[in-house]
Amino acid sequence: MIEYLQILGQEVYKIVFLLVPILVSVAMIVWLDRRVWGLVQKRRGPNVVGPFGLFQTLADALKYIFKEIIIPASANKVVFIIAPIVTMTLALVAWAVIPMSEELVLSDINVGILYLFAVSSLGVYGIIMGGWASNSKYPFLGAIRSAAQMVSYEVSIGIIIINVLLCVGSLNLNDIVIAQKNLWYVIPLFPMFVIFFISALAETNRPPFDLPEAEAELVAGYQTEYSGMMYAMFWLGEYANILLMCALGSILFLGGWLPIMDVYPLNIIPAPIWMISKILFLFLLFALIKAIVPRYRYDQLMRLGWKIFLPFSLIYLVFTASFLFYFEKLPKVNF
Amino acid sequence: MIVHSIFFYFFSIIAIFSSLMVITSRSTINSVFFLILDFISVGCLFIMVGAEFLGMILLIVYVGAVAVLFLFVVMMLNVAEQKQSWFIGKKSTHIPTGLIVSVLILLELLVVVGGWKYKEDVMSSSTLVLSNISNTHQLGLVMYTDYILYFQLAGVVLLLAMIGAILLTFRERVGVKKQSYFTQISRNPSTAVELKDVKSNEGVKLDD
Repeated sequence: MIEYLQILGQEVYKIVFLLVPILVSVAMIVWLDRRVWGLVQKRRGPNVVGPFGLFQTLADALKYIFKEIIIPASANKVVFIIAPIVTMTLALVAWAVIPMSEELVLSDINVGILYLFAVSSLGVYGIIMGGWASNSKYPFLGAIRSAAQMVSYEVSIGIIIINVLLCVGSLNLNDIVIAQKNLWYVIPLFPMFVIFFISALAETNRPPFDLPEAEAELVAGYQTEYSGMMYAMFWLGEYANILLMCALGSILFLGGWLPIMDVYPLNIIPAPIWMISKILFLFLLFALIKAIVPRYRYDQLMRLGWKIFLPFSLIYLVFTASFLFYFEKLPKVNF
Repeated sequence: MIVHSIFFYFFSIIAIFSSLMVITSRSTINSVFFLILDFISVGCLFIMVGAEFLGMILLIVYVGAVAVLFLFVVMMLNVAEQKQSWFIGKKSTHIPTGLIVSVLILLELLVVVGGWKYKEDVMSSSTLVLSNISNTHQLGLVMYTDYILYFQLAGVVLLLAMIGAILLTFRERVGVKKQSYFTQISRNPSTAVELKDVKSNEGVKLDD
């Protein structure tokens, strides 16, 4: 029992040292997002609080903490309070399996990619629960939209993951990274990378697919009735999810913690820095897309997911499998 | 080991409690939430016995897709709170029917499990179970070799269910204007704009 408590203590220590950097980087990423958005529109963006406005998010968070939490009288109180907690927990829990280097990972499980997929598909619950429990029309419409959207785009993300797994032959995230030692999968599977990126935008409710919170039609969608700290939790969970999708994209296609080339000046840079720079690169693309692309109409969104992405990724899956089979490149499993 | 059993009892108590709550709770939405909790704790039990692949698939398929659609339907239909309950309030007429069906299912399960015959190869091949290959590979080795026919047949059954559902709900709507992306993008002023001479007091019919 004492031994177990020691192990538990070590795990808690590791978890704290994983969660604190993630929360801090979420705050920084919000700043980056707003800054890029501002620069694209020839504004300055947040630049007052702290150097370059870096502490803007912290100031916002502080403001949210001291604001009053208002619970609507007709809301289902339990579900209303649980919803932001679910969103935030699921967004943070998924980081347990993301490898920052070969050793620097909280739990290196065999079915890491399935775990990530499962957790990201659970993310829809926070939104549905929040929208339903508010007992108001706009949040409910937003929740319904978001449920349909996230379930649709999950299907194509699943098939894209199968494409990568066919080339790797393992569900372990570290194995997926190591399999890209010679060639990043972004080159042979480039169409899949594009579809993954667009599906990730839809999965995280980012513009141009931010229909669940389309401010022109639905006020703020499922978060309309939320205020104070609970709103901030939705918001943090959303950005943690975006970072997670960037991390997943860099593991699946951009070689995770591997350097660009295994040559002298590049391979002395530590692995976590490579991983972080790839995540940041993908996030910059996310931020630019938010600034330059107008919002989709709802039927166009559904058509894109079911009639274009799904058939195309299925056809590409058949193509990948045939290619690997014909040239005998299928991964070998050592028994 | 003791920690293992603590976790086992933790998850199984939650699973049993939430499955009881699914059938006893009055609001339908709460039933669905407890169903989700039940799925999650059963998934955890799967992972605890080492069937990690099955546990994750349970989470992805049932919690991530099926239960979302359940919740969706229950919220959309706005099912009223049930007046009758299992043990409180008036006697329900559904209970005898439900009891008959569940007793029948129990008997069927007893017959099936009693006459269960494992395929000899799977049970006897100790190499497959004891070797250090992962759970997922083991499952794939059995499923795509010995049971490939059943696997494919299950897929065909699912496909049939999907086609049936589409066929039942499909209705051809007349008089609905659909947007064709190609014609819209390939429009140009010469094809899109038409000039008409409108005579006084007569008007003109624009849309055909």
